[in-house]
Amino acid sequence: MVDKIKSVKEAIDLVKPGMSVMIGGFLGVGTPEKLIDELVEKGIDNLTIIGNDTAFPDKGIGKLIVGKRAKKVIVSHIGTNPETGRQMNEGELEVDLVPQGTLAERIRCAGAGLGGFLTPTGLGTVVEQGKQKITVDGQEYLLELPLKADVALIKGHKVDRKGNIYYRKTARNFNPIMAMAADTVIVEAEEIVEVGGIEANDVMTPGLFVDIIVSGRDEK
Amino acid sequence: MIESKERRREIIVKRVAQEFRDGDVVNLGIGLPTLVANYLPEGIDITLQSENGFVGMGPAPEPGGEDPDLTNAGAQPVTALDGAAFFDSCMSFSIIRGGHVDATVLGALQVDKKGNLANWMIPGKMVPGMGGAMDLVVGAKKVILAMEHTAKGQPKILNECTLPLTAKEQVNLIVTDMGVIEVTDRGLVLKEIAPDTAVDEVVEATEAPLIIAEDLKVMEV
Repeated sequence: MVDKIKSVKEAIDLVKPGMSVMIGGFLGVGTPEKLIDELVEKGIDNLTIIGNDTAFPDKGIGKLIVGKRAKKVIVSHIGTNPETGRQMNEGELEVDLVPQGTLAERIRCAGAGLGGFLTPTGLGTVVEQGKQKITVDGQEYLLELPLKADVALIKGHKVDRKGNIYYRKTARNFNPIMAMAADTVIVEAEEIVEVGGIEANDVMTPGLFVDIIVSGRDEK
Repeated sequence: MIESKERRREIIVKRVAQEFRDGDVVNLGIGLPTLVANYLPEGIDITLQSENGFVGMGPAPEPGGEDPDLTNAGAQPVTALDGAAFFDSCMSFSIIRGGHVDATVLGALQVDKKGNLANWMIPGKMVPGMGGAMDLVVGAKKVILAMEHTAKGQPKILNECTLPLTAKEQVNLIVTDMGVIEVTDRGLVLKEIAPDTAVDEVVEATEAPLIIAEDLKVMEV
């Protein structure tokens, strides 16, 4: 069996400056903090970060913003992290705001082999700028395109050695869809279990999507 | 006009809470709309949807009972009631966009006579992002605004929104501390008025023209 388990350091060695990185979580809930800390520490910069939000200055993606590791973020919300707004206003950070449902579905499209999707969200707003409008059965829609990344950093509650993932409560959010949409998928596990340690019925992300597993536990 | 800010907010949330039917699936925005859940009339049981990924949201836990993996869409600790269900963001927004949410309650910076809503940014000043608001307003069967009638004395109910829109022509009902206004094809209809408030006061505090309902009622709040 391929050994997918690596150290946090080995995993983050795969992330290079200028890459696009998807990061799971919703305001830091369900975000792989250990992977983020290593990214900040290692000084990998010029990243394009794709996530729901930029969390808080001391939590989740927020730490990458404060650490000036991003040149661009593609997110639905930045309001809880004043540093994101400051960098945006100073011209230090490009911010692409995407409606949350559209963001999720664009990521899913990339992972599902779809060329895009039609949504009514954003019609008549700035979101429609530069986008193709398509009418189906008399209803107008915006064409939204897939969004993929070089690397996805996600967080699982239980992960078995094959990479099968079980998420817990609202920590699931963007993690399962991001697991489908990046060239390299790294999961930070709260607990790594043997194969069979998660009932097949309880697997939420099949292990085939996962390349690398790291432990989210503190090193002993 | 009611003087006490606390009472004005109470009027808004109490009145919004009367809009639901038993069994409705409802998404409440963060802030004032969240409080609506505390004022549901007896016999009305609603299921709260939280866009970060679950239905069946309960109140905040007792101190010490917080679970870091269980929050609302504002990252505040909450509980999950019996019968709750968790899911990913795509499922969450399939529920929202797909018309499976009966009502959503949001705040507003501006709303206009056509039911256009602006509530996600003030260019140059405040750009928090739209989060899930654009999807919610487009997808929910009923869009209810819970808002103070004016901001610093200036009308928020306008002829035409001047701020960037959240969505076009999606608002159904506007509940404020001065009245209840329905968005109709004819324009904005003042259906109910707050206690101790005169129609003239409401008209003056509203930039958009108001049609006064023939059977204008006093809000039961």
